[in-house]
Amino acid sequence: MKKLVMLGVLVLTLVANGAMAQETLRLLTWKGYAPAKLVKDFEAKTGIDVKITYSNNEEMIAKLRATRGAGFDLAQPSQDRISFVQEKFPVYQPIDYSRVNTGQLVTSMVDAVKRNTAVDGKGFGVPHCYGTTGMIVNQKLAPGADDWSDLWNPEYAGKISYRLKRPLLIATAFGMGEDPFALYDDIDAYRALMKRVEKTLIDGKKYVKNYWTSGDTQVAIIQSGDANVISGWDGKGWTLHKENPDIDFIAPKSGALGWIDTFAIPAKSKNLDAAYKWINFMLEPENAAYFTNQEGYGTASSGAIAFLNDEIKANFSRSFPPADLDNIKWHPPVPAGFEKIEAKVLDKIKAAK
Amino acid sequence: MMKKPRGTFYLLITPVLLWLLALLVIPHLDMLYRSFRFETDDGLWVFSLNNYLAFFEDQIYWLTFVKTALYSIGVTILAFVVTFPVAFFLTKVVAKKYSSFMTLLLLIPIWIGELVTVYGWMILLRDNGVINSFLINIGLIETPIVMLFTSFSMTVGLLYISMLFMIVPMMSALDSMDDSLIEAASDLGASKWTIFRQIIIPYTTPGIVSGGIIVFMLVIGDYVAPNILGGKSSLWFTEQIYNKFLASFNWSEGAAFGFLLLLLSSSIVWVALKLSGQKLDKVGS
Amino acid sequence: MSYVLEIKNLTKKFGDFTAVDSVSFNVEDGGFFSILGGSGCGKTTLLRMISGFEEETAGELLIRGESMKGIPPERRPVNIVFQNLALFPMMNVEKNVAFGLQRQRLPKSEVQSRVNEMLERVGLVGFEKKKVTELSGGQRQRVAIARSLVLKPEILLLDEPLGALDRKLREHMKVELKVLQKEIGTTFIYITHDQSEALVMSDTVAVMNEGRFEQIDTPKSLYKNPQTSFVAGFVGESNEFQLSSYEGGELTTKNGCKLSKLDLDFKPKKLFIRPEAFILNPSADLSGIERIDMQLKAILFDGSNTKISASIKQGHEEVLISLPQNAQFEDLREGDDILVGVHRDDLKCYKD
Repeated sequence: MKKLVMLGVLVLTLVANGAMAQETLRLLTWKGYAPAKLVKDFEAKTGIDVKITYSNNEEMIAKLRATRGAGFDLAQPSQDRISFVQEKFPVYQPIDYSRVNTGQLVTSMVDAVKRNTAVDGKGFGVPHCYGTTGMIVNQKLAPGADDWSDLWNPEYAGKISYRLKRPLLIATAFGMGEDPFALYDDIDAYRALMKRVEKTLIDGKKYVKNYWTSGDTQVAIIQSGDANVISGWDGKGWTLHKENPDIDFIAPKSGALGWIDTFAIPAKSKNLDAAYKWINFMLEPENAAYFTNQEGYGTASSGAIAFLNDEIKANFSRSFPPADLDNIKWHPPVPAGFEKIEAKVLDKIKAAK
Repeated sequence: MMKKPRGTFYLLITPVLLWLLALLVIPHLDMLYRSFRFETDDGLWVFSLNNYLAFFEDQIYWLTFVKTALYSIGVTILAFVVTFPVAFFLTKVVAKKYSSFMTLLLLIPIWIGELVTVYGWMILLRDNGVINSFLINIGLIETPIVMLFTSFSMTVGLLYISMLFMIVPMMSALDSMDDSLIEAASDLGASKWTIFRQIIIPYTTPGIVSGGIIVFMLVIGDYVAPNILGGKSSLWFTEQIYNKFLASFNWSEGAAFGFLLLLLSSSIVWVALKLSGQKLDKVGS
Repeated sequence: MSYVLEIKNLTKKFGDFTAVDSVSFNVEDGGFFSILGGSGCGKTTLLRMISGFEEETAGELLIRGESMKGIPPERRPVNIVFQNLALFPMMNVEKNVAFGLQRQRLPKSEVQSRVNEMLERVGLVGFEKKKVTELSGGQRQRVAIARSLVLKPEILLLDEPLGALDRKLREHMKVELKVLQKEIGTTFIYITHDQSEALVMSDTVAVMNEGRFEQIDTPKSLYKNPQTSFVAGFVGESNEFQLSSYEGGELTTKNGCKLSKLDLDFKPKKLFIRPEAFILNPSADLSGIERIDMQLKAILFDGSNTKISASIKQGHEEVLISLPQNAQFEDLREGDDILVGVHRDDLKCYKD
């Protein structure tokens, strides 16, 4: 009987929801990319209900591939992960740039993203934010750690951690003095490079405490003192710095890896209007600045700088002296088939003693 | 004599069959189909066994599977060793009214969920975690013992999430055993150890085996505990399947590996059943 | 005569409850000794103390003159056949019987020959490899007995082993057990609530009530001369009367029936008369008997055990009377007036 009542309530709720016929925006994004305050403001302003699903690059691709681009109205993949996916499994639709308020964006960034995400001459992404992957170091406990090569430096044995995913392979290559991006047009040379990267990381594995797997575990492992030298995202490093001045984000000498996260519209998006509204809303200078002040990542909104905290500005100047800023390695689009090579290398490293 | 099923019978069973078809049969058939699809270098999709062969050709895959399987067998044996005294205590020593309450307590890890218990163990086991701080404070050790991100922490996590599935069938087997069997053996001159080995263990074997199968399948198919608690070298076969789908976007190989996991772990269970002289229908009841 | 078992003032208390209350008795070697009592009388506790599963609160227990204090069950020279038999379901017949011998680390050949010998004795040759779950009730019984007897115990304890059998098989097993015991000569101590089992099989029967022995005697004298009103009521069938007075050699029942009984030196409270003690239409020349007028109420046909229910006219006491198995009384009808005699010696009187 109890079950019957519950079922009744459930059915009523569903019917009531349907009756209201509220417009919704189903957003597939990263944690922190849709701050609660902005979601509330957006809902108040437009009357559109925002439903958020948190994910990462790999899962975003898998989810959209499984449904052939259905189930979400807007996604936020990194710019280097769009074109090769789109060529193989068409899960996105081209951006109608006329509906994007490009006037409020950094023009060079819009153009770069348009170019990097292009398939058949059509752009598939709008830049949202950018940041770098570098190192987060507890400078009191691990003084002198300032390069990717310190991730296999015996001096920090037992206190090293990183995320064992493709950015780390790229970073290792730079740390070894190589330029992996230059080999993006030569798959055999790239495969050979990855072999060397594999050896370096397997040899250095004995110094690793553990591999972190998410933004939360990244923060936890250095916060708890389990590790002192880790790979990490600039925004996370600066948040940690606020709590513990010993910990800070450091741009590795051989180059921090720059990434740009975008807005991309799944092929079977059901609410294009809402998707474009959200894009334009999030990139309004004040909102974009709110996001950056919260998360620490740079924004593609050109006017946002006026609303940034001093602290955020200080982060950039502290972690990126001019030379390091120039040295940022921006991810070019990943060629098809490369991830297969990298996946095997990652498996081998994980399985090694 | 069985009556011939009538219209109402079919009416009632149809939703069940549809449900099974839609949620179990079709997805599996789709995966099975995928597992035989292979993309050639020219980008053509053909039927082939290559996805399955990949498992045997590259030693990293089958080595990982062997490691995972051996480890799972070890955890299963450990689960038995750890839980048997508890099951015996709860069924044969403690009064009934307390034992049902205590059994309820054993369910708590299941209510909480695997991820939360795994994070709980992280708090306990880390270098400056609860256990190390306690040991340092009472002066037993000076530097923390490294427990987290090791085989130890992974084993603890796997045991913790699977223990209950060992203890419940074992308890029901022990429960059905008449105490007079123990007394009879003792009366015939058997020592405590002989009673344990010759009477209690053989009697509870169906329960032990069915618990063992569940624990083994649960452990070999687990993803969370090896991944989070296991540390840098804990490559579990499930993680490789996950990576096939999510990192290298090779769904065909992922599907093939999934079926290999099903096939190989089932054959391990089959061998275990043969070795212990049990029959599946008996164990299942 | 040597005693295989001597028990002196044996007492067992569970908290405030006294299960066995200072019991003393001896069991002769080679006898069939039964302990008869209702449920909760303490007979099972007594058995468990002999086998060693319960420790006595007070008193002494000697087997072949040796104190059993602190000796665990596995080291006592007694074996037990459990109420539910407790056969090991995962072993076959042979392994069940060999289990105890193997515990003594005897050579394999000796184990085998003793097992074979015992299986032959209980008639289970050919069943060696059968699972015990595939046997009939009677066969299981024999396995349980063989499993214990093969160890050549000083005493075999049997805890109501026939309880679970159907009536026919039970009758058969009674005879079989008695014959077996006579053949092998091992002392049996047999616990039961079924008086017929106790009477048929035993050399000696102890009647137990509320933790004490009421009477220890041969079955025959237990039946003929119950020492207490409990035994009179418990062993065999009896008509029981409450007495209100005893004056001048005359008993008066509560309902006012008067009977003369001259030789009592105490004031009786209860009177028992067995159904077969009544004589229908006693001839006039019989002496020493009481004659009572009754009316026949019902005929309770039960083959050889047919009885009639009658009402004593004076005082309206209801009684059961055994009907002799000849055609003599075939014309009796309900409602008939009958004259019934009873020997004064068969009026069993008790003071409590």
